[in-house]
Amino acid sequence: MNDPKLPLKERMKIDRQTMPEQDATQRSGNFLEVNLGFTEKMALLEARRCIQCKEPKCVQGCPVMVNIPRFLDFVVKGDFAGAARSLFGDNALPTVTGRVCPQETQCEAQCVRGVRGKPVAIGYLERFVADWTRAHRDVVKIEPRPATGKKVAIVGGGPAGLTAAGELVKAGHEVTVYEALHKPGGVLVYGIPEFRLPKQIVEEEVERLVQAGVKIENNVVVGRTYTLPELRARFDAVFIANGAGLPVFMNVAGENLKGVYSANEYLTRVNLMEAYAPDSDTPVLRARRVAVVGGGNVAMDAVRTAKRLGAERAILVYRRSRAEMPARVEEVHHADAEGIEFENLVAPLEVIGNDKKWVTGLKCQRMELGEPDASGRRSAKPIPGSEFVLECDAVVVAIGTRANPLLTATCPDLKLNRWGNIEADAVGMTSIPGIFAGGDIVRGAATVILAMGDGKRSAHAIDAYLIQWGRSRFSSMA
Amino acid sequence: MIRFRRMHLVTGKVQLSPNVTRLDLEASRIAEIRQPGQFVIVRRGNGAERIPLTLADADSVRGTIALVIQAVGKSTCDLVALEVGDSILDISGPLGHPTEMIAAGRAVCVGGGVGTAVVHPIAQGLAQRGVEVISIIGGRSRQWVIFEEELSRLGQVIVCSDDGSYGRQGFVTDATRELLEAGRVDIVYAVGPVPMMRAVANLTKPFGVRTIVSLNPVMVDGTGMCGGCRVDIGGETKFACVDGPEFDGHLVDFDLLAERLGTYREFEQRASAGCEAGSCRVGLTRPDPPSPAPP
Repeated sequence: MNDPKLPLKERMKIDRQTMPEQDATQRSGNFLEVNLGFTEKMALLEARRCIQCKEPKCVQGCPVMVNIPRFLDFVVKGDFAGAARSLFGDNALPTVTGRVCPQETQCEAQCVRGVRGKPVAIGYLERFVADWTRAHRDVVKIEPRPATGKKVAIVGGGPAGLTAAGELVKAGHEVTVYEALHKPGGVLVYGIPEFRLPKQIVEEEVERLVQAGVKIENNVVVGRTYTLPELRARFDAVFIANGAGLPVFMNVAGENLKGVYSANEYLTRVNLMEAYAPDSDTPVLRARRVAVVGGGNVAMDAVRTAKRLGAERAILVYRRSRAEMPARVEEVHHADAEGIEFENLVAPLEVIGNDKKWVTGLKCQRMELGEPDASGRRSAKPIPGSEFVLECDAVVVAIGTRANPLLTATCPDLKLNRWGNIEADAVGMTSIPGIFAGGDIVRGAATVILAMGDGKRSAHAIDAYLIQWGRSRFSSMA
Repeated sequence: MIRFRRMHLVTGKVQLSPNVTRLDLEASRIAEIRQPGQFVIVRRGNGAERIPLTLADADSVRGTIALVIQAVGKSTCDLVALEVGDSILDISGPLGHPTEMIAAGRAVCVGGGVGTAVVHPIAQGLAQRGVEVISIIGGRSRQWVIFEEELSRLGQVIVCSDDGSYGRQGFVTDATRELLEAGRVDIVYAVGPVPMMRAVANLTKPFGVRTIVSLNPVMVDGTGMCGGCRVDIGGETKFACVDGPEFDGHLVDFDLLAERLGTYREFEQRASAGCEAGSCRVGLTRPDPPSPAPP
């Protein structure tokens, strides 16, 4: 069965492999990873489902343009080292993206196998190949080119910053990453829960960069510890990737009651500060009934975390219907299986509390879908007289984040848009020469993979800027 | 793992009052650039909590900062259990906005309990600008009064003790009222327990004297990311870490602040039960009794 020249007809006969996962009842009580990963046998079978299109559309669907058919072909041949080198050459953090990318709207949405049947499980295969390297680190060791003597500062150790760091150190530049928290990884360590992305994986990826020569300085808040002009003076180039850190609240009454969290705070306490462990020094409220407001991946992470912290009822409150939820389809399925309750077409009006200022409920009203709005999503309209109170002891607000002005305020020359995001061109160059920016601080709240794409593009532009050849020395992204 | 991590050595330790300890720590960058009113986030080691502490002093030549810590829970007990030669894993900062200063005139700096240490750099900054500084500091009795010597270098100090065992008898608010009634107070800075700051703000309001208070709500990252430090300032929600920590005392919703500070009281009591049992040499976990509001 390992004949790579398997005829198309045979390839078409193979069914999509199902991801093995931890039992739903069991996993809703622990923080261990839900998806267990493909076995070698499953990976070999699944990779053979790829029909090796001449003009692969899946690659177009990938924000970092991973050459998917090429790495899958290596898998079919059983050459996992070849697959890993191919994959890591295109994507700096496949162990991460293989777990958190919304494949169903990107690569897999474009897969021709999906036209009549199910698309190739590209995400699961990416994860398989990436995970294979965890026991074979040498295969994907970063080999930096001869030192250029140029110094680059990266502000923020999240997906965009780490990706850029990897690319720039590869090019022979001296790279220092300034991380505001005590641990690098950004949203990968404070936001995305252990059951979706084990922290060990992020640590291993960071270690790979450190071994290649990337310096990481934790506890440096650029904008406070150093200003941006100070960094610009000390380095030949700066890449700003400090994220969209400021949580947005609902702006309703009662929002400052005890028991109301931003998703950022709730998840940071549990993930970064490990409050899920009973012996953690950092507390988190273990509420009996938790209402999480929002419909994206962060809301899904928060509501599933609440369940795992022991909530009897973990309820997701979302103003539109399930079809409009921006969360990954897989997370919604997983949440469903874990007993998460969905209050769709419901909008919060007010947080209700008792005389001790503790949350006791969330006053809501029911909504109905109207015509599609400018964004193409059907807008939600309130149904008059449909108000009701959802009893709960904690409310987690997961309706988005916006740009943190901490850094930009220290550099008035840096051009911002009207939401406070940094203005940058297609390769991330800002209004100040030598200062580049990418990820959520430019885009507003987006995804891990889009931030990584920015990190990669900007790294190549920074390389070109530093070497002054007019073009990047990277061949893959001319 | 190699992490290019700078540990922060404890270079000095002094017990200032029965439950307040001063630690001097190496943190050269922060020592160099910190300004009055700013704070740091400290994490003692792996597994420890991140806690915000306002800077009490710094020595830019030696590269050290001074933190004054009231042992009230497990994390603060763990910190004051450190000895000279030990080190802290993480210090992040300086965070928050520097204190709003007046350029000339007379300032009254009111410090209650551990807040007296926070008032110190403010008084320092004012004195450097040539502002006349009068400090009013207090405690239950003599042994609870801290930073008297440091503040007396910067101007007049009025010490109050609840029991009259030291300085004048009474609350800091009594002394503040007398100064206000005598007139010529351009600004008041008040740092201490919530009821004390509220009392001072209520006192100065009818006099129309601008009053700055420093808030220390529950905080995780200190960079605006978590929003745990939400405070209500004149009906508007602000984040103490990035919008403060100092605010116009006449606009602060002190009731909300006091309530929110109690979010984890149950957890803290459970955690510090172990602390009293052994690890905490200070032993006293009861916070300073707040000076009650004037009648």
